[in-house]
Amino acid sequence: MLDTRPGDPSLPSAPGVGYKPQHFSDILNDARPVEWLEIHAENYMGDGGRPLAQLRHLSERFAISVHGVGLSIGGEGRLDPEHLARLKHLVGWLNPASFSEHLAWSTHDSHFFNDLLPLPYTDATLTRVADHIDELQETIGRKMLLENPSSYLAFDESTLSETEFLREVARRTGCGLLLDVNNVFVSATNLGYSPQGYIDDYPLDLVGEIHLGGHDEDEDDHGAPLLIDSHGREVVDPVWALLDYTLDRSGPKPLLVEWDTDVPDWPTLAAECKRAEAALSRVPA
Amino acid sequence: MTTQTEFHGALLDAQQPVPAGLSDGKGRPAGRRYSVYRNNVAVSLGEALGTGFPAISKLIGPENFKNLAGIFLRQSPPASPLMMHYGAGFPEFLERFEPLKHLGYLGDVARIELALRRSYHAADAPAANASILQSLDEEGLMACRMALAPAVQILRSPWPATSIWAFNMVPGSPKPQARAEDTLITRPEFDPMPHALPAGGAAFCQSLAKGETFGAALTAAQSETPEFDLGATLNLALSQGAISEILT
Amino acid sequence: MSTTMKTVAIVGAVAASLAAHTTTAVAMEKEKCFGVSLAGANDCAAGPGTTCAGTSTVDYQGNAWTLVDAGTCETLELPAMADGSARMGSLTELDRDLPTS
Repeated sequence: MLDTRPGDPSLPSAPGVGYKPQHFSDILNDARPVEWLEIHAENYMGDGGRPLAQLRHLSERFAISVHGVGLSIGGEGRLDPEHLARLKHLVGWLNPASFSEHLAWSTHDSHFFNDLLPLPYTDATLTRVADHIDELQETIGRKMLLENPSSYLAFDESTLSETEFLREVARRTGCGLLLDVNNVFVSATNLGYSPQGYIDDYPLDLVGEIHLGGHDEDEDDHGAPLLIDSHGREVVDPVWALLDYTLDRSGPKPLLVEWDTDVPDWPTLAAECKRAEAALSRVPA
Repeated sequence: MTTQTEFHGALLDAQQPVPAGLSDGKGRPAGRRYSVYRNNVAVSLGEALGTGFPAISKLIGPENFKNLAGIFLRQSPPASPLMMHYGAGFPEFLERFEPLKHLGYLGDVARIELALRRSYHAADAPAANASILQSLDEEGLMACRMALAPAVQILRSPWPATSIWAFNMVPGSPKPQARAEDTLITRPEFDPMPHALPAGGAAFCQSLAKGETFGAALTAAQSETPEFDLGATLNLALSQGAISEILT
Repeated sequence: MSTTMKTVAIVGAVAASLAAHTTTAVAMEKEKCFGVSLAGANDCAAGPGTTCAGTSTVDYQGNAWTLVDAGTCETLELPAMADGSARMGSLTELDRDLPTS
């Protein structure tokens, strides 16, 4: 269990955006209303060149959140020691305002699948995830935020709800949580539960950051809606409504807009962030 | 129980049934919901190959490339979470792939594309100040060593690989001529660029990269190519910032 | 002039002709690297639904490789290498070698 050290940097309760290199100049010219940036850790693990030069430059002007997508915290095997070392190095020199990763797995038998794969919620997986988070937090010397996944299916063997699972992981490891409200909406729709009910059960006091993103619509074999977490379009109205519902209960939080595929021009992205700013402005601090 | 071995085994093999123990949350089997993960993996790895090997895609056609990438990604999923390095085995795969064997140059063009990525992410190193070379006498010149910047990549090919790459990637490039070509990839600031090396230039640069003296590098180049053009090679290397240090 | 003297002269001339390098801030943003920056980026997005990419069976068996489009290799024509192996070929040759499917 790791305690937060006083003086650690933190993210402002303001809009942030998932950084894309094509927006470098736009962000330096006029980033409003964006106050902080999130990067995917794995894209900044080279030895040098433009990615690291841009990141160093941006980190002098903006709070940076490092968001890992490849550690495979939910994996059955041990965490990759080389990858842990790379994370430690990045977090060490950048001293970001936040570090987060996913409740998912992506590596098995040394194969990396470049996708966030699901895990059942049982006592055994709880122990494994908590052990891995302990190891990560010990390695990087700071606390992390754990993000809830988008689910497309359920495991028969699960004995815990996702909110019970996240709450217990946080209790055992001292980690914080990254609440992706689009993922909540996607999972709730796909698996047939109430997204508001999920928020009611969720330990909002542990939330260090909220994610927003767009999803695609598909159908399962029975014609039931199957939403896909594609990050390739605007956030839909029901997700904005779920954000309001959440902020009414949690108070202001750092809000991130994610747009990873079919990345739009800066004005389109800034418009999404303005909506996030408006959502924050109606919540009393 | 659905182990990760079961879950991942069927991810890349659509012939295998959807693993047991997965449902839609309402008691019905997961069915095509599992295909979301199959699709994510295949699409994301396929796109990584497409963005990593654009010249190969142009050479064989984007649809052919997509199908080829589908085969490769199933045989060789990434071994590391750093997608920036994915596809290291792609050149050998292209060379072994029977229906493309007559396009013997594909492997070397793919090697250039891989090397461009390595160069892009390599450590920074400012270019050496070349003026020191003007002050060296014969002995000093032959004994000096030139360190290559980490972003520099040297490739050798029996094909006009650099010209084929440029023909596909740089608008206005001429049609490749039948000849062997060696490649020097340089990165003056942040953008790597392949250059065709004069004959003997690769032997010269490889010798320098090994830490051998200028004199030894010159001998290596001249014994391979008696008419080795030192001026052109050195001008290319120095003007492109390929030499990061001159040790006298 | 001896060979070594010529070498010294060549090196001196090259060195004299070079302007000093400076890295500019502009270089950090201007992209001219043929898409290398986008090659193999990690992200956390999901692919587009349950569409065919994940379920298509594209496993290559024997010669069951179907060409569906053409590329620029069609336009490259170069003579054979010294050992007689074809230096260049085009995808049309491939059609000829394959059983029709």
